[in-house]
Amino acid sequence: MHNPKLVIKEVSSSYVHHGRELPVLNAVSLHVEQGEFVSLLGPSGSGKSTLLKIIAGLLRPALGTVILNGKELNGRTVKMGYMPQKDLLLPWKSLLYNAALPLLVQGTGKKEAYGRVRKLLPVFGLEGFENCYPSQLSGGMRQRAALLRTVLIDSEVILLDEPFGALDALTRERLQEWLLQIWEQFKRSVLFITHSIDEAIYLSDRIYMISERPGKIVLEQVISLPRPRARDIVTSPLFTEYKQILMKSLANESI
Amino acid sequence: MKKWGSTGANLSSLAFLLLLIIVWELTGRAMHIPEYIVPAPSSILKVLLNNMPLLWLHTKTTFYAASMGLVIAVIFAIVLSAFMDKVKIIKKTIYPLLVISQTIPIIALAPIMIIWFGFGILPKVLVVVLVCFFPLAVNLIDGLENVDQELVELLQVMKAGPWRIFKSVQMPSVLPYFFSGLKIAATYSVMGAVIAEWLGASAGLGIYMTRAMHSFSTSSFFAAILIVVVLSMGLFKLIELLAWLFMPWNRVKEE
Ligand SMILES: Nc1ncnc2c1ncn2[C@@H]1O[C@H](COP(=O)(O)OP(=O)(O)O)[C@@H](O)[C@H]1O
Ligand SMILES: [Mg+2]
Repeated sequence: MHNPKLVIKEVSSSYVHHGRELPVLNAVSLHVEQGEFVSLLGPSGSGKSTLLKIIAGLLRPALGTVILNGKELNGRTVKMGYMPQKDLLLPWKSLLYNAALPLLVQGTGKKEAYGRVRKLLPVFGLEGFENCYPSQLSGGMRQRAALLRTVLIDSEVILLDEPFGALDALTRERLQEWLLQIWEQFKRSVLFITHSIDEAIYLSDRIYMISERPGKIVLEQVISLPRPRARDIVTSPLFTEYKQILMKSLANESI
Repeated sequence: MKKWGSTGANLSSLAFLLLLIIVWELTGRAMHIPEYIVPAPSSILKVLLNNMPLLWLHTKTTFYAASMGLVIAVIFAIVLSAFMDKVKIIKKTIYPLLVISQTIPIIALAPIMIIWFGFGILPKVLVVVLVCFFPLAVNLIDGLENVDQELVELLQVMKAGPWRIFKSVQMPSVLPYFFSGLKIAATYSVMGAVIAEWLGASAGLGIYMTRAMHSFSTSSFFAAILIVVVLSMGLFKLIELLAWLFMPWNRVKEE
């Protein structure tokens, strides 16, 4: 019955900075069920990006384990839909190529890969820019291109590091809705990093709140708002109630 | 859109050069400066036209040594910098030696090459290789050092193979460094060949220059200098063209 897709068990990590050890994560445990949308909410500098890098296999934790589909990863990289906080597009390639990269990497032909990307461009508001280089795009456009690239990675787990951080409010809401739509369609497991309480409640099945550095999980909150979620759900009493709980917890943390 | 060659000579500097040549010609005539001290531009031109076949022969020899040396230097530099990047201990050991080797004057190197390898083309090519190798290797090593590791990691999480990572991350990010090294090396290459010939050869612009010097034919000497300049500029422009062709993403930057 209990079938977690991704389990993080007691993960601790630290950086060495000017010869001193800087603890960043303190025994963080969390899990994401099959097809579940989980957010990790916390102030900046709390180690959220570090945790995602550990899950993606780019960093090894000092302690603890990452378990995917019941198997320990031990620092191996497995294919994951990982979207780092920086957009990290290839400066020498067009938007089209950048977005199609995961498909090209897995051996899809150029024509088919580009075709699939072209179909998604309008949704991301990138239509007409497919032949531009990243240097010609705005920050928001680059982030949307990076998100488009990430959803094209064929993996059951998607790790998103503040994907909407650099967007204006309107685009942000449109992409949140769009993300929920495709998620409801494909039911991939998502671990979503954000520091916006509203965003976390609107999107998630469950929210973990992480403390300031060294980050540890201080709260786990199930969000039982009905799905599919219309935008006006943010004004519902239940939404407000969740918001109060989370805000209180955040305030306790920062004091 | 940045046009190819926009960094090179422009119309105003050409006009200025023309003006200088005219002044040179007129003052030479007005002050009756003897030909063997400063030949007038017109008599340099006369030498060029009258000795065309002979000059062409010498030019071919020099160009052959310069271009062959340059190509060999490119190959060596690529191989060595790749090794140095892969195995850090090789880099730590060899890099300082490389720098020290640059303090040996070519003028002292060329005679040794001639003692070892005779008056044929081999010692010239070797001198060219030695002078071209350094700017190429240093730039390539710098370029490889500056490859964005986060881009490499991103491709790794997509499970891209080493060849794909090389092709889409390492190579394009090293290209600008490579071309700036190549521009310097190309101008050095002609100079290196001429110096090597100067100190002993059976043919080439260098030997032509020493002969012109010994017979006080200063205008022939200047004619040879002119050819060296044109040859170096030609190579330089060719490399600018290649850079323009191979790095289309750099053209959009200066809009
Ligand atoms: N490569 C690194 N070397 C040293 N310190 C780092 C490194 N990366 C991050 N840090 C530090 O670790 C802490 C957590 O960083 P991060 O995981 O990026 O936090 P978040 O994503 O929650 O903002 C920060 O204080 C940051 O300065
Ligand atoms: Mg972060």
